[in-house]
Amino acid sequence: MVKWTDKERSTVRTVWESIDIDELGPEVLRRVLIVYPWTERYFGAFGDIFTTTAILQNPKVAAHGIVVLRALDQAVKNMDNIKDTYAALSRLHFEKLEVDPDNFRLLADCITISVACKLRAEMNPQVQATWQKFLQAVVDAMCAQYY
Amino acid sequence: MTSLTAKDKEVVKAFWAKVGGSAAELGSDALARLLVVYPQTKTYFSHWKDLSPGSAPVKKHGATIMNGVSDAVGKIDDLTGGLLSLSELHAFTLRVDPANFKIFAHNILVVLAINFPDDFTPSVHVAMDKFLAALARALAEKYR
Repeated sequence: MVKWTDKERSTVRTVWESIDIDELGPEVLRRVLIVYPWTERYFGAFGDIFTTTAILQNPKVAAHGIVVLRALDQAVKNMDNIKDTYAALSRLHFEKLEVDPDNFRLLADCITISVACKLRAEMNPQVQATWQKFLQAVVDAMCAQYY
Repeated sequence: MTSLTAKDKEVVKAFWAKVGGSAAELGSDALARLLVVYPQTKTYFSHWKDLSPGSAPVKKHGATIMNGVSDAVGKIDDLTGGLLSLSELHAFTLRVDPANFKIFAHNILVVLAINFPDDFTPSVHVAMDKFLAALARALAEKYR
C-alpha cells in the first residue's frame, strides 16, 4: 500500500479540484492519440482518428477522455486503497480490452502535461513530484491484475 | 524508433524560435524538477552543496544543459555528427546512464507546457518528444 503524508493528500486533492474533467478529459486523450499514434489500435470503434485534425474533432475521443478522467476521480477518493479500487478495471483492460500496460504510463505522462498546461507555475517541483507519485500508484494498480 | 520528418524539424525550429530565448530559465526549472521528482538523479551531483530548486549550481547547470538543447536544434539535420563530442563526454567522462535522458526529456516537456500552454499543442508536443528522443539517441551514440 502506498503511504501518503497529509501534505501529499492535500496536494493531490488541490490539483484535482482545479481540474475541469469535461475540459481536460478530451484534451488528455487527444494528446495520447496524437503524441503516441500506435494507441489508435485500441479505438477502432471511434471512426476517423488517423490525422491530427480528425482526432481533435472526433466526438467519441472527447467523450471517452471524460470517461477516463472520471475513473481517475475514484483514485483521488480512495488514495489508501487504489489497488483494490482499480482491480476490476485492471482485469477489464487485460482480459477484455487487451491493452498493453505500457500505455497506462503514456496516458499518465499526457495527464501530467495537460495538467501542467492548466496549473502552470502552481505545478511547482514538489507538486509535480506528488502528482506523479499519485499517477504512478494508479498505473501500478492498473497493471496489478495482468497475468 | 522513427527519425525526424521534414515536418517535425519545421515544427521544432518554429517552436524553438519562439521559446529558445528563455532556454536558461527553462533548463534551470527542468533540472530542478529532475532532482525533486526523480531523487535517484541526485546521485550524479554529490559534489554540489545545494541541490534545491533555485540554487546556484542547479540554475547554472540547467542553463548549460538547455543551451546544449538549443544548439542541437541548430544541428537538427545531423544530430549524430553534431553531438559527437558531447556524446563522448557523456559516455567516457560523465558516464550518465542514458535512461536519464528520457527522464530529463519528460521534465523539459513539462516545463514547456507550463510556460507555453497555448503553443505546446499536441502537434508541437509530438515533434518535441521525437526531437528529444533523437537527441538522446545521438548523445548515447558513443556509449558502447
